[in-house]
Amino acid sequence: MVKPEPWSSPWLEELKKRFPGAITDPLVFRGQPYFTVSKESLIPVCDFMKTAEGGAYTYLVDETAVDYPKREKRFEIIYVLYSFQRNDRVRLKLLTGANEKVPSVAGVWPTANWLEREVFDMFGIEYEGHPDLRRILLPDEWVGHPLRKDYDILKQDDAWVQANLGIESGQ
Amino acid sequence: MPETTFLDANELVINMGPQHPATHGVLRVKLKLDGEKVVGSECIIGYLHRGVEKIAENRTYQQFAPYVDRMDYVAAVTNGMGYCEAVEKLLGAELPPRAQYTRMILAELQRIASHLLWLGTHALDLGAMTPVFYTFREREEVLKIFENYCGARLTTHAFRIGGLQYDLYDDFEREVKKFCDQFLPKIGEYEQLLTTNRIWMKRTQGGGKLSAEDAVALGVTGPVLRGSGVKWDLRKAQPYEAYDKVEFEVPVGANGDTYDRYMVRIQEMRQSVGITRQCVERIAPGPIFGKVGKVIKPPVAEVYHSIESPKGELGYFVVSDGTTNPYRVRVRPPSFVNLQAFDKMVQGHLIADVVAIIGTIDIVLGEVDR
Repeated sequence: MVKPEPWSSPWLEELKKRFPGAITDPLVFRGQPYFTVSKESLIPVCDFMKTAEGGAYTYLVDETAVDYPKREKRFEIIYVLYSFQRNDRVRLKLLTGANEKVPSVAGVWPTANWLEREVFDMFGIEYEGHPDLRRILLPDEWVGHPLRKDYDILKQDDAWVQANLGIESGQ
Repeated sequence: MPETTFLDANELVINMGPQHPATHGVLRVKLKLDGEKVVGSECIIGYLHRGVEKIAENRTYQQFAPYVDRMDYVAAVTNGMGYCEAVEKLLGAELPPRAQYTRMILAELQRIASHLLWLGTHALDLGAMTPVFYTFREREEVLKIFENYCGARLTTHAFRIGGLQYDLYDDFEREVKKFCDQFLPKIGEYEQLLTTNRIWMKRTQGGGKLSAEDAVALGVTGPVLRGSGVKWDLRKAQPYEAYDKVEFEVPVGANGDTYDRYMVRIQEMRQSVGITRQCVERIAPGPIFGKVGKVIKPPVAEVYHSIESPKGELGYFVVSDGTTNPYRVRVRPPSFVNLQAFDKMVQGHLIADVVAIIGTIDIVLGEVDR
């Protein structure tokens, strides 16, 4: 069975040297590299990667999360970055627990504003330093975060549905 | 939009939508006005949220494929193509050339259909009644080809993970060639109606400006990014299928206004005709399905794959835990990210231009809300 393999490149070594201990688990799968970055170093690493020296990753393609409820730190936050200059895509990962706050990258890439609102809406991950952290797709008063693994597919906020839609259940 | 300024005496907050003919779906916009000038805006979305990403976790890889057609429902073929390619990448599956070229032909026809729908409704929003009748006439021809190929016009589910469900029908190449020959002069007809039309120019030139720096910072992609002068197209930058084997140009704008985005899309339709013709020339008999089993069980891994949809970068981030169901599917919707630039584009414009700016981003709310 194929598996992600360890990844290394001159650029990554340079990044590791610059931020000692911040970068772990560099892996590559089907030619797509990714690595984990520590929470304390997230903003400095992102700031550096955005500069020309750091690879000019000026475009935040996507930010999303994956829920692994059995792990000690249950959420993985994924940042997909792209550099027009290098025509290269790389993914960053950040591990975080259920009740921990995550630094917002909206100050680095303005795109992150809505993307982080969606992660907050769907997973309940709170961001620190986000300009406008509110729900984006679900109603503001909704209780629960649907993309968490412990949120059943048939589950919904019955109280909200009854109060606002005037029906017994949306199902 | 900060809450406190709502109380200012000279400013008026009005609500537009969600049921409004010019918002192209159920988009609600709160506008803060100073007289007739827009000084701030807020988009309220989610009216069409169906939890597509949650559904994916409860279906097998194949079962989820028809759902993606319901996101950008005016460009279902490209949605399905992106999803199939993402899973194929996860599996490491190679496609036979016939399947690749078929996908490209249908995807480019879909791009034309999507742009035609955009052009007709965008012009209608701005008071030009005529183009919508012409563009829908040509879009109908594309939909007929889809219907003949897979039986559906809108939510096509045209492709399968690993290749194609159906081989091409007998008359396919002839019909596609005929469409290309007939369609190319029609683009000139639309241009005669709009490109040098003084009312059209007045309404669109200088409106909804977005600089190249802002466009990149806001993560805008597709014709909106290219209209701002950034020459970037995923079909060129990171070719998928057989896009590296065909020749085409990437049209760009100069000013990043509504008019430039209109010109970019018009030229893109011409390029799509060119790509379609090249693909029809190259398509040869052969297998239509790669080496993919009936039960899809990818390795424990994750991939991000994106394609150039008619609206911009459409990405799928698929996480597998080694079972038949995806552990997580994230859709990176171009409309959602592009809509974020709306606030930047609308500031300082008159309220009458708001519909022009919503139209020029080319959003589909099914994809914004998923």
